[in-house]
Amino acid sequence: MVITRRVEFSASHVCRDPRLSDEENQRIYGMAANPHGHGHNYVVEVSLAGDPDPVTGMVLDLKELKAILEREIVEPYDHRFLNYEVPPFDREVPTTENIALDIWRRLEPRLSAGNGKLHAVRVYETPDLYVDYFGEAECSA
Amino acid sequence: MFRVTRRYQFAASHRLHSGQLSEEENRRLYGKCNNPYGHGHNYVVEVSVRGPLAGETGRAVDTAVLDELVQREVVGPFDHHDLNRDVASFARVVAPLVPTSENLGFEICRRLKRNWKQVFPSEWPKLEKIRIGETARNIFEVRADEIE
Repeated sequence: MVITRRVEFSASHVCRDPRLSDEENQRIYGMAANPHGHGHNYVVEVSLAGDPDPVTGMVLDLKELKAILEREIVEPYDHRFLNYEVPPFDREVPTTENIALDIWRRLEPRLSAGNGKLHAVRVYETPDLYVDYFGEAECSA
Repeated sequence: MFRVTRRYQFAASHRLHSGQLSEEENRRLYGKCNNPYGHGHNYVVEVSVRGPLAGETGRAVDTAVLDELVQREVVGPFDHHDLNRDVASFARVVAPLVPTSENLGFEICRRLKRNWKQVFPSEWPKLEKIRIGETARNIFEVRADEIE
């Protein structure tokens, strides 16, 4: 069974690689490379896979999941400029893919105890663009 | 491995009518969708692409390239058009397909697949699936490996 909880945060970012020229950044990232940055209302859907506990009937107590998402995602990300304030984006380009990867890395160790294991992280940059990440295990598949 | 999904929209008209059925059978089968003058929808198409991060860009797909492909092959030819008259697979005289969203899904998937290597010549990213919403309530999904 897969359960999903959604959280939102608003943040600014700029997609540019400091090792590349302005022109190259513009070519790769387009408007997202505009030097002073811009922002999005990000929506994150976190999915856990597992069997419900036979006593509680729950894969993971959603209150607990809510608290974890609040602490691990919303607190560090919300109303921040990702490149300046949220490592690893001081050195990695905060593309939607890298944000999904970072959120996976933050959540996975916090979700290893219960019945539910982290299954997928979906990050909407806008309603028209989103990324799903299923962890490294799937990379080798 | 990442799945990147991009959402596009187009508005088009169509009529569900099969040349292999009688007028009466068509009316019974397709109901209001068989109205001879046709009708339209705001279609929403989600295109999902799969791949690893490319080099050090932090991206699995260049969405500008994907946008161009979808614009050229799908949104351009379909938007503000009549599918039965303006899109070859549904308009041809011999064995035209009925423009149900199932067939539209296959058509979109075929168009993207046919041109994929031209715009994405490397092994990755690959086209994974498309999802088409005829209305907010009717959703159809086609995996790229379901079609040739």
